[in-house]
Amino acid sequence: MISLNINQKTYQVDVSPDMPLLWVIRDIVGLTGTKYGCGVAQCGACVVHMNGEAARSCVTKVSRAEGQAIVTIEGLSQNNDHPLQTAWNEISVPQCGYCHSGQLMSAAVLLRENPNPTDDDIDAAMAGNICRCGTYPRIRQAIHLAAEMQRKGIKNKN
Amino acid sequence: MDTNTLSRRKFLKSTGLTGAALFLGCYFPASAREAKILNAAQPETTEIELNAWILIDTSGKVTLLSHRAEMGQGVYQSLPQIIAEELEVNLNEVNIIFAKGDNKKYGNQVTGGSSSVRGSYKNLLKLGATAREMLIEAAAKKWNVANEECYAEAGHVIHKPSGKKFHYGELVVDASKLEAPKNIKLKARSEYKIIGKPLHRQDTPLKTNGTAIFGLDKRVPNMLYAAVERNPRLRGVVKSFDDSAALKIPGVKKVFKVRMGVFSTYREGVAVVADNTWAAIQGKKALKIEWDDSGFEHLSTDEIYKRQQEDLKTKEGLSFRKVGDPDSIIQQAAKKIDVVYQTPYQSHSCMEPLNCVAHWQGDKLEIWGPIQAPDWVQDYISKEMNLPRENVIVNLTFLGGGFGRKAFMDYPHEASVISKEIGAPVQVVWTREDDATQGPYRPGISYRCEGVVANGEISAFKVRMAGQNNGHWMGGKKDIANRSATEGFLKPYFDSMKNISVADVPFETPIPTMWWRSVYASTNGFAYESFMDELAIAAGKDPLELRREYLKDERLHRQIDKLEEVSGWKNRKKNEGFGVAITECFGTPVGQVVKVSKQKDGKIKIDKVWAVVDCGWYVNPDTIKAQVEGSIVMALGAATIHEITFKDGMTEQRNFYNYRMPRINDIPPIEVHIMENDADAGGVGEPGLPAFAPALTNAVYDLTGKRIRKLPFSLATV
Repeated sequence: MISLNINQKTYQVDVSPDMPLLWVIRDIVGLTGTKYGCGVAQCGACVVHMNGEAARSCVTKVSRAEGQAIVTIEGLSQNNDHPLQTAWNEISVPQCGYCHSGQLMSAAVLLRENPNPTDDDIDAAMAGNICRCGTYPRIRQAIHLAAEMQRKGIKNKN
Repeated sequence: MDTNTLSRRKFLKSTGLTGAALFLGCYFPASAREAKILNAAQPETTEIELNAWILIDTSGKVTLLSHRAEMGQGVYQSLPQIIAEELEVNLNEVNIIFAKGDNKKYGNQVTGGSSSVRGSYKNLLKLGATAREMLIEAAAKKWNVANEECYAEAGHVIHKPSGKKFHYGELVVDASKLEAPKNIKLKARSEYKIIGKPLHRQDTPLKTNGTAIFGLDKRVPNMLYAAVERNPRLRGVVKSFDDSAALKIPGVKKVFKVRMGVFSTYREGVAVVADNTWAAIQGKKALKIEWDDSGFEHLSTDEIYKRQQEDLKTKEGLSFRKVGDPDSIIQQAAKKIDVVYQTPYQSHSCMEPLNCVAHWQGDKLEIWGPIQAPDWVQDYISKEMNLPRENVIVNLTFLGGGFGRKAFMDYPHEASVISKEIGAPVQVVWTREDDATQGPYRPGISYRCEGVVANGEISAFKVRMAGQNNGHWMGGKKDIANRSATEGFLKPYFDSMKNISVADVPFETPIPTMWWRSVYASTNGFAYESFMDELAIAAGKDPLELRREYLKDERLHRQIDKLEEVSGWKNRKKNEGFGVAITECFGTPVGQVVKVSKQKDGKIKIDKVWAVVDCGWYVNPDTIKAQVEGSIVMALGAATIHEITFKDGMTEQRNFYNYRMPRINDIPPIEVHIMENDADAGGVGEPGLPAFAPALTNAVYDLTGKRIRKLPFSLATV
């Protein structure tokens, strides 16, 4: 049995210790917001937070996640009102939407560490996340908007 | 999202609604061009199968049944936006659900050809307006006043003189007893309050908190997971396999051979069924398989293009259209341009890898998945699995990208075969490597372009393409030209050029090919519009001016004017590289200008892209801009970053480390403009793609004098 703390809830899972966290989260715990895209840390669709840092769950063995604080997209905010989620809505960022759990989780770390990112900062922090629909211009725009809302203390623009 | 069947009773039951509702649908009599709107509650309607529907319940909530899938293009937003306008409700009162596969009921359901809005908007406007008029009539009867004294607004009918109002929910029972009125007057575009506005997409909240259910997220009780190792040479069969190592992996339950259809051919593989995805993938990796692919050529990319280009030296191919006599002019010309353009095979690489859930239940089969063509899947699987059509139930989830790939039936078929074998529901998950190596791909194409310029005029224009034809793959006639050769090409060129011919030289390989966003326009556009640039240079003309001269069409001229204006084309400086291209795709012409410059390290930088779209009547300008931005990003990848290549009959690229995608740092500023006019709606999801590559390479030529005739090319090493 491996004990996992995901979105502040404890889960006991009976899986092989080398099973990637991604598949444990999706198939065993049953949270499907975290996505499989490549399995080899190339696309960022599977990004979760492990002790506040962005981790690619497709290459993180579940044994390494034991006892760590894991946050998935389902736990990014209580009411879908993280400044990034609000900005994503405001700018209609997603198209198919599949990669955006990972995009948001990567962006959340950026915004926490750098409340006022430049375009170059955004490029550096977000280059690990692929979007096949090509929503990149809007991702950039929405991160700037979220940063602005965060600075001004606006939680929800509406 | 999984709900619906056609009968009204079942529909109500499955949506959890009571029988009290106003329920209208479109009916297409075989002889009529236009849909009739019918009230499903009328006794004579019970046996008639209705196509699109809306239902308004006693709470006033509106439910719209969409027979097209949401794959990112925005129907989740745009179809409710159309209904809300004429129905006079707020957008958030309209719920959308997705129809199951059934072409007998819904007609063609393929989400492709950028057709979701342009194919349905007139009927949806009519549906919304009809419902509104019936609600007004119901209210007027209750008040005992004339219909004309009442109007509808924000989900209410209001009696103008007295200010009395009814909520729609209070009227649906009475309205459902009325006959649907005919000859409803629709609003003029200037009267729109919702259509034409850049409203937020309604599916965004679901896509920012992990609640949107894509195919891979579908769960059904007692579901198992499967991964399949398929023949890496894309065809052929399994000779033998050793599953001893796979069966030792904890969680692996069963290993067996599967055979799935790839249109008219079959492919074999070995399936590993397990109680979680990871175990299935590990089991697949542990298989030892001997393949028998005798009888199929082990082609390499170089051989493919060599053969195509050999063919183009000697074969005239299937003529699509010929005006005048370009051949003799070309033969007699002292000076001619005779060049070959080449475009690569490409993978769709949807971010959501292929997957499908199937549940075989003896006499029926239920399928859930990210599917672009649920009606095709139903048809194909009922034949392959020997089930009556109505016993094959195809449910749609959100699609994590589609781009044409998810209109293929191989993955639902494979899941069905596996579920039947194990007698349990199963989700078949394709790994990224499966997705990249198995195709089908956008076909690689060679174009031979010949032209003669005399006295500043194009006196002969001849283009032949050689490449795999998707239509032929899908069982189409091989002895006549289909649209392949002209997609992307603007039709007025045929009127303005005195000697022009366009032909398709049939070419086959065992590699499966399929539509890829914007289909042939995605490659034709590059060849035609680059060649047009070469002809303009040869004629000593400004490339944008040459288009104006040869595209004799008022609407196109307005678009060209706009493109010229927004891009600052006239004021461009000597050291700046500007390129222009105009293509047409699914009813929508798009013009693009790309500006490039040379960096200190010698690399080419794309400074800016301007796109001008003329899609006629439209719903949501922000969705259109998003689709064009995304199309340009996808085109940028296909033009400058990735390609699929083959060696010894196998795909060389396996994952995003060697099939690299454009990333956020590769993207230039993109500015999209939409032309305003009242013409019928054109497509939106794909037309933004084809003009980008030629506009870019034309800009590179403008800056460096180097003509790029083969894609992809590297911006770093021009």
